[in-house]
Amino acid sequence: MHKLLIDEPGAERLLLGNEAIARGALEAGVAFATTYPGTPSSEISLNLFQVSQQSDLYFEYSTNEKVALEVAAGAANAGLRTMCMMKHVGLNVAADPLMTLAYVGVRGGMVILSADDPNMFSSQNEQDNRYYAKMSGLPMLEPSSVQEALEMTAYAFELSEQLHEPVILRTTTRINHSSAFVRLGPLKKPVAKGRFNKDPFNYVTVPAVSRRLHVKLLENMAKAAEISESSAYNTVTGNGTLGIVCNGVSYNYVRDAVTELDIAERTKILRVGMSNPLPADKIKQYLNGCEKVLVVEEGEPFMEEAVKAFAQEAGLTLKIQGKGEGLFSRLYEFDPAMVRRIVAGYFGVADIPKQKLDLSDVPEIPARPPNLCAGCSHRATFYAVKKAAEGMDTIYPNDIGCYTLGFLPPLSMGDFVICMGSSVSSACGFSKATDQKVVAFIGDSTFFHSGLTGLVNAVHNNHNFTLVILDNGTTAMTGHQPHPGVDMDALNMAGYNRISIEAVVRAVGVSHVTVVKPFKIKKSIDAIREALAFKGVSVIISQEICTLYARSQGILKPRAFQVSDRCTNHRDCINELACPAFYLEGERVRIDADACVGCAVCAQICPENAIVPVKSA
Amino acid sequence: METLRLIIVAVGGQGNLLASKVLGEAALLAGIPVRMSEIHGMAQRGGVVESAIVFGEAQSNIISDAEADILLGFEPAETLRALNKCNRETVVITNLSPVPPFTVAIGKGAYPDLAHIQDLIRAKTRQLIAFDAVALAKAAGSAMALNIVLLGALLQTGRLPITAEQLETAIRTKTKKAFVDNNLKAFRLGYEAAERATRST
Repeated sequence: MHKLLIDEPGAERLLLGNEAIARGALEAGVAFATTYPGTPSSEISLNLFQVSQQSDLYFEYSTNEKVALEVAAGAANAGLRTMCMMKHVGLNVAADPLMTLAYVGVRGGMVILSADDPNMFSSQNEQDNRYYAKMSGLPMLEPSSVQEALEMTAYAFELSEQLHEPVILRTTTRINHSSAFVRLGPLKKPVAKGRFNKDPFNYVTVPAVSRRLHVKLLENMAKAAEISESSAYNTVTGNGTLGIVCNGVSYNYVRDAVTELDIAERTKILRVGMSNPLPADKIKQYLNGCEKVLVVEEGEPFMEEAVKAFAQEAGLTLKIQGKGEGLFSRLYEFDPAMVRRIVAGYFGVADIPKQKLDLSDVPEIPARPPNLCAGCSHRATFYAVKKAAEGMDTIYPNDIGCYTLGFLPPLSMGDFVICMGSSVSSACGFSKATDQKVVAFIGDSTFFHSGLTGLVNAVHNNHNFTLVILDNGTTAMTGHQPHPGVDMDALNMAGYNRISIEAVVRAVGVSHVTVVKPFKIKKSIDAIREALAFKGVSVIISQEICTLYARSQGILKPRAFQVSDRCTNHRDCINELACPAFYLEGERVRIDADACVGCAVCAQICPENAIVPVKSA
Repeated sequence: METLRLIIVAVGGQGNLLASKVLGEAALLAGIPVRMSEIHGMAQRGGVVESAIVFGEAQSNIISDAEADILLGFEPAETLRALNKCNRETVVITNLSPVPPFTVAIGKGAYPDLAHIQDLIRAKTRQLIAFDAVALAKAAGSAMALNIVLLGALLQTGRLPITAEQLETAIRTKTKKAFVDNNLKAFRLGYEAAERATRST
């Protein structure tokens, strides 16, 4: 039985924040869940996917976040408790349905999880998604601990049903990837089947309907504001005159800071757990007893600006600050010592920092940058494209996935990346605006996510570039989730259809389509050369299963290669491929037999044919 | 109890996260509040994995610069890199078996001298316990048991609010059954290695 299905109310379990969120949803009787994988939210989905195979929960990996939200919207309006998970940038993709779903509302409780990533541990930006709550008019909840993540998730479904609106649950990486002991509550059996009651004048958002629905949304927001005023998640603790307003993980840093600075007796802390709508009256009342207020929030001055506005309405002139010089930054993550230092400075008490070590004499430590894995097929494809395009003036728009790492030397295959699907569409722009040869890269999962629309655009508008689809048979970057091109039968999962990328590409009208096996280097280079010479949109589908995935599935039996005495130290292998299985022993190139999987790409490019299989004993 | 802040640094694949989990479970058996946080963004692709474990009543689950009470390093250069988390009172435990970054393996960039790494850490912190944990893991039956060897050394410092029995129980229940005997042996070897290292300094 899955560990999140253990029905022992009161039991304590060590859970990752993401597991606690999944458990919270199960305790609320979630019946339907959708997602597109994205770190730091990935493990919520993984756990619900696993649970769905042992229970009535319906779970799907949708092709992108917009699709996931729209699928969820249908289920929620048929009355099911529904959850839709994504990373912060995923909400940009889903923003279109989000804004109007707020008008339409939901019948069954619906929780939209946005996992924000301050410091960009695994993301392309650190946008603050609290503004989506404000923009859409949806209630937002923000947990401060792993235990609270569980409880708040369950509560979010209740709140959603109370208001008939989706509720956005916003986490940050520091909640998603923290572990703590959490007390489990009882599981609730999901209501697995619902019914949709036709009501076009409330569900079909033609202008006349939407004008009314916007009124309804504002009414719902007014109700939400009342709930926020008395919400148990918007708490005031302590009763001093030094005021601190905080949210999420900042609350923990603040509590430690006031204890360590010994000002707990003089400090009144307002922790905001329901951050949209903010509790205006509660905040005004809170400000009334304060001499001076510090707002401690990662990201943007979302609460700071609101609190200042509330003070103005209440005719209060006390000092309220958060972001600014000598105070908090809008950049990156906070940490406990930083919060303590700024709290101490703001309230004029002495900080007691631990003395940092003098590290000036520590020698330079070599960096450990991420790298495409040993035997990664993307390395082979990049190499083949580079060879095929030798002598050409090229632009390589790349996309979001493992293969983004192709931008690193020596491959240096990646000139422009902004978001999922952008390689294809930006290639349209580059090819129109320049005379350079444009070769765009996109992964298989990303192709289905949002590469397809760009490709349709390219064909329709008769653009001129080559698209290389790096098809490694899985969503590798986020931990090997399935996508519409995956053969689910091979994973012993029935009930799925497999979509052929090649058939799709041909169907949208690409005439020059070639499927290559990237580990066959010469053939691949030849095929790519032909594609590059083609005028118009040409597509290369480079098919080879992700090595890491193949290993974990037991499909791959690694066969190590070695460098023989024929080697004359050209080092093309190292200088052009940089596979992490290589190392130097003295001046000789060696291959780490434990790392090598036997892709044999290096063997094919070695000018002396010096790289040969290790003979099995 | 007083708050105890432990940083664990490792290279992806060395078993840092499992070690943290075992410590967490042992803390539950000991009735000690524990909060943990991990950074493993691109770890599968050769990166660094860092765990922060805070025992006691503090609310934060990450550890600021200079605020670690113990630094446990699974890889010597990574231990050195994490010295910014330490102060004069920090106890440092490190494995001495290097995992050279790829750039070093292919001759671009130099790996710091192992003796020099130890001298630097010894000079700046309260105590350094350093030994080849991979060799001991192999002696226990599998190089994979490196993480459990280091947990043995960690326990030996006497700083953890956890007993040997509690940790052993957590190893029995939270690591793969087939490896439990190896792991318990690895745990003892790590403990003894730390004893020897402490005596010789």
